[in-house]
Amino acid sequence: MTSYYEASARERVAGLLDAGSFIEILPPQERVMSPHLLQLDTPAAFDDGIVVGEGRLGGRPILVAAQEGGFMGGAVGEVHGAKLTGLLERALDTRPAGVILLVESGGVRLHEANAGLIAVSEIMRAVLALRGAGVPVILLDGGQFGCFGGMGIVARLCDAVIMSEEGRLGLSGPEVIETTCGVEEFDSRDRALVWRTVGGKHRYLLGEAAEIVADDMAAFRAAAIAALEHARPDLSLAALEAEHAGLGARITRFGACRDALDIWRDLGFEAPDRLPLLEADAFRALAAGRRA
Amino acid sequence: MDTQTLDAETLFDRLFPEGHAITRDGLFFSGTGTSAGRSVAVIGSVDAAPIGVELAFRMAGEVLAVVRDHPGRPILLLVDTQGQRLSHRDELLGINGYMAHLAKCLALARNTGHPILGLVWSQAVSGGFLASSLFADRCFALKEAEVRVMNLPAMSRITKIPLERLEDLSKTSPVFAPGVENYWRMGAIEALWSGNLARELAAAFSTHETADRRRARGAERGGRRLALDVAERVRHGAP
Repeated sequence: MTSYYEASARERVAGLLDAGSFIEILPPQERVMSPHLLQLDTPAAFDDGIVVGEGRLGGRPILVAAQEGGFMGGAVGEVHGAKLTGLLERALDTRPAGVILLVESGGVRLHEANAGLIAVSEIMRAVLALRGAGVPVILLDGGQFGCFGGMGIVARLCDAVIMSEEGRLGLSGPEVIETTCGVEEFDSRDRALVWRTVGGKHRYLLGEAAEIVADDMAAFRAAAIAALEHARPDLSLAALEAEHAGLGARITRFGACRDALDIWRDLGFEAPDRLPLLEADAFRALAAGRRA
Repeated sequence: MDTQTLDAETLFDRLFPEGHAITRDGLFFSGTGTSAGRSVAVIGSVDAAPIGVELAFRMAGEVLAVVRDHPGRPILLLVDTQGQRLSHRDELLGINGYMAHLAKCLALARNTGHPILGLVWSQAVSGGFLASSLFADRCFALKEAEVRVMNLPAMSRITKIPLERLEDLSKTSPVFAPGVENYWRMGAIEALWSGNLARELAAAFSTHETADRRRARGAERGGRRLALDVAERVRHGAP
């Protein structure tokens, strides 16, 4: 097993795609860097923390982007965001079998907060324009920094989110909530609490993650190939009304729950406190037929 | 008129002197206004509403109702927000998915011919802004309104960059400091309004533009010089 969690953005791209198929666009040699970080004497990266390019997955042509958590937690700045938007728009022209987003991001990069926020909005527009044109967008979330802030919204605009248990998905990170609202609202150092609130298992049980896999490159690859195969982008009124009904039912059913354990119990798990201990395969088997 | 203390009713009167029927329910409001003889669907919030799962869901439901019942009717988003609601419960329920749902509903409206404008009339912050007004075809702002991700003291604490440094740089750079003018320079705010809001609104609705032109505007205005170029290079460049 090769850990997806521990891998860098480039290692993830290499490990996921068909061997030797990846060709990078605007590689580090081009030195397309953030001028805003340099202006604040903050170290910049030659690729601004994101790798974009073309390749093949399971023999089919795809476009891929991978955020590097090791650089500013994968945060989105002007250049970083523009590379992702440009890639999504490239797919509008080239119509690949899909776009695969290997996301690891805390959200907007504060050093260039306005540029980052607008960039996320442009990414959101581009994802939906692409799906509207029938090209699926699949998002993988299993890195150390999770998928938060604007990228957490982007995730839920995609056709499918594939997570490992280690992956985390949300809007405001636990640290942000604790800092703003106090430790009694959300204790970000309580790892068990954090994982059962924003981790892969809870997201899978709620239906936000389409698939949950072990922290293994091959498992992510197989799930991404399957998701590409099954994706049928649908942004019709009927599809969104169905989504709306589902989200409304979630508030009605779980709105008073204080903890993920309450939700899991409600879903029919007799020993919800045991779920965090299960390996991905055993968990998936036990969850069958019980997801919201 | 002092728009700093503009309340929602005054705003409605100024935007829709021909008449409006807008109903408030807590922090949420919706209804219609008449602009240049045409009915406009109005959806928004007051009191710098934190946008949590319920409010995002409610706004999305309203957008779907307009799409279903009033094909083509223009939509005006008047969202006053301090950002997404920060709470354990909202995260537990998947607030990012509710925000995304709202954005998808707006995209559906756009794709089915509804012109959508946003007007920041009080404040707009981060996640609450992303899923609402910033996702309109074009977003406008009152001159006195505020748009931000984070104020400079908080940004200084987190980035460890001295506050004086940030304040200094923000005099010339629109990239990180709060302010509608900065968002105008970066192309995200189409224009700043003051004076006759009814005339501004009617003029804005007289053109229907659905392409995302914000990068181009940011480049033209000199506030965001790289986004257009970098995105074009990735879109058209040889790998």
